[in-house]
Amino acid sequence: MDLNYSAQEIAFRDEVRAFLRANLPAEVSRKVIEHRHLVREDYMRWQDILAAKGWLAGHWPKEFGGQGWSHVQAHIFDEETALAGAPRVVPFGVNMVAPVIMAFGSQQQKDTWLAGLRSNKHWWCQGYSEPGAGSDLASLKTRAELSADGTHYVVNGQKTWTTMAHWADMMFCLVRTTNEKRKQEGISFLLIDMKTPGISVRPFLTLDEEHSLNDVFFDNVRVPVENRVGEEGKGWTYAKYLLGFERTVVAALGFSKRELATLKRIAASEVRNGRPLAEDARFAAKIALAEIDLMALDMTVMRVLSSRGKAPGPEASILKIKGTELQQTITELMMETVGPYAVPFVPEAIESDANGAGPAHAAPLAATYFNWRKVTIFGGSNEIQRNIISKAVLGL
Amino acid sequence: MDLSFNDDQKQLQDALAKYIERDYGFERRRAYQGAAEGFSREVWAQFADMGLLSLPFAEADGGLGGGAAEMLVVMTAIGDALMVEPYLATVVLAGGAIARAGSSAQKAELLGGIAEGKLIAAAAFEEPGARFNLAHVATTARKAGAEYLLSGSKAVVLHGGQADRLVVSARTSGKVADEKGISLFVVDRKARGVSVRDYRTIDGLRAADITFDGVRVPADALLANTENAEGAAFDSIDAVADAGVAALCAEAVGVMESLNRQTLEYIKGRQQFGVPIGSFQVLQHRAVDMFMHAEQCKSMAYLAAIKAPVVGHSVGEAASIKERRRAVSAAKVHIGNSGRVVAQDAIQMHGGMGMTNELAASHYAKRLTMIDFVLGDSAHHLSRFEAAA
Repeated sequence: MDLNYSAQEIAFRDEVRAFLRANLPAEVSRKVIEHRHLVREDYMRWQDILAAKGWLAGHWPKEFGGQGWSHVQAHIFDEETALAGAPRVVPFGVNMVAPVIMAFGSQQQKDTWLAGLRSNKHWWCQGYSEPGAGSDLASLKTRAELSADGTHYVVNGQKTWTTMAHWADMMFCLVRTTNEKRKQEGISFLLIDMKTPGISVRPFLTLDEEHSLNDVFFDNVRVPVENRVGEEGKGWTYAKYLLGFERTVVAALGFSKRELATLKRIAASEVRNGRPLAEDARFAAKIALAEIDLMALDMTVMRVLSSRGKAPGPEASILKIKGTELQQTITELMMETVGPYAVPFVPEAIESDANGAGPAHAAPLAATYFNWRKVTIFGGSNEIQRNIISKAVLGL
Repeated sequence: MDLSFNDDQKQLQDALAKYIERDYGFERRRAYQGAAEGFSREVWAQFADMGLLSLPFAEADGGLGGGAAEMLVVMTAIGDALMVEPYLATVVLAGGAIARAGSSAQKAELLGGIAEGKLIAAAAFEEPGARFNLAHVATTARKAGAEYLLSGSKAVVLHGGQADRLVVSARTSGKVADEKGISLFVVDRKARGVSVRDYRTIDGLRAADITFDGVRVPADALLANTENAEGAAFDSIDAVADAGVAALCAEAVGVMESLNRQTLEYIKGRQQFGVPIGSFQVLQHRAVDMFMHAEQCKSMAYLAAIKAPVVGHSVGEAASIKERRRAVSAAKVHIGNSGRVVAQDAIQMHGGMGMTNELAASHYAKRLTMIDFVLGDSAHHLSRFEAAA
């Protein structure tokens, strides 16, 4: 029993750290660490740098052009990049659609889309949720009808909550190809070019007045039949297959470690009753408890890495629940550090140091807190995750 | 990085599981608990045969050189069966203190006796009013010629009334809460001037309040070796207590996993409104939370076991002492808080049954709750965690 990384793993970690020092643009990491909004160019700039190094899809198997990293290496990469303040790699492409294409895609799909993912050519978004299909995703209604000549599908319907759809080149999309069967059996998995006529993207703002989410409407959108992954009617199986590929990245350990460090820094600079807030017994205890939860999550990730390497099904659900609860605790404490300066909302101060009310670090904290309520909702709400554990592990 | 058990460790795990199945069902446990000493000498002898009583000690001291994994396996099994034998008191705490602070001759005699199952020992570290602070030692040991004279009181000494020997912290110099000036003495429980008030604990074990009234012990009763001269025992006591906490954390995991199994079985079987109550989502999510508590506690128990072995490592090196304290205290806080919740939920989900003394689960809930109050509760360890930042 040994908690230490091997010599090779430590060498890899040092290599990642050196790479980050040399290549992560300071103005981008500064934005991340200071909780400012990133734009498409920030993500693309960083992902281009990773792609050039061959690390954007480093965790992919070598046969698909990845580095064939071990699970521990992938974990080290995720953690180190987050700690350094790198933007998170947009997950929809290299993490989500890629494993499905690798397992079920045609050779032509592999050649086209995996290459585009590795090189950061295409930005992907996820077309799953609909106004009437959230947690009950299998009740989705977006229709895809095969044309008479069998060359393409005609897609009609609406997707919603589509993160960064306004920046995306491609969408992987669950559509209904038949109503005849059980609801899970009538679903197919399509790859849709976002520039196809008939697609319209309508933004809406989240409660922090940020634009990252969209409605996506499909009005007689023609999708070539060769853009269907695998068999017609098997889309639900493929979507579930993806769940088996959840990596320990769902625990967001690197993010929480970085944010906890920021929390401590801010708490040390704020003052209560003439002393640093970090030394206030009540507040210090809250930080300490969050830190202890982080240690427990860290050890659980280590156990998962040590046993199976990936976190399929139930383990991923635990990491998701515990990881997101911790993220929310940290963002909540962060908001509390600035006391009355949690209240002002000055959007331009979130983007730069200018014109803020109170200390510069205060401007984004309440907005981030509200934005971060999303993490226990998206990706399968924490209630759905509990249902999964209840059924799969406890047999209830 | 490897957090799995090797083949030998798995074998130990299997052997203990088989032993529990054959010889340590809940009804047997009830009988052992009701014996005069509150545990079974027969079981203790079997522990000796299985090598459990010398497991964590160095081979040079006649031990088996077991480490973190072995202690996790044993303590989790002890929790799983809710065993009442004095393993924590004798092997981990008293044995650990002797192994760390004793001379070769002391180790040979005392650890040898423990290994054979002939010697029950207990650690008398805590005092009335000390509230988990191990440096709060008002008990004094005054040198008088070739002897020491011990006077003072010790509180809630686990298995103190059953022990042949007590490992007692006593002050040879300094003020009550000083870390310097504390020494460890091995005292015969039946020596003149030792009075023991033995009682049951609410979780089915035994403990005692012990007073020392001018107890004469020979000079060689002082545990001493090259690193532990007179007055320098605090680091050993602190390290041994941390190993004790790590053991308690592993025990708590065993208790918690068993309690969760029992609760799950109950809600699957218990019918109300014409269906098993486990079909209600409100109970399902609660059961999931209990399961997640157990998983996170297991992670913390691993961390504590790795950082705080019964013997070896960390003592004497400032950086690693801090790291050990931090990890162990974090684990104790986490397990104390989670244990409380899981025990409460288990009783609640058993409904009226959870209130009965008949039910095994009620006893598991009591043990799980009380583990928090042994060797420092969550509040104590939260402060200690912060201090070790």
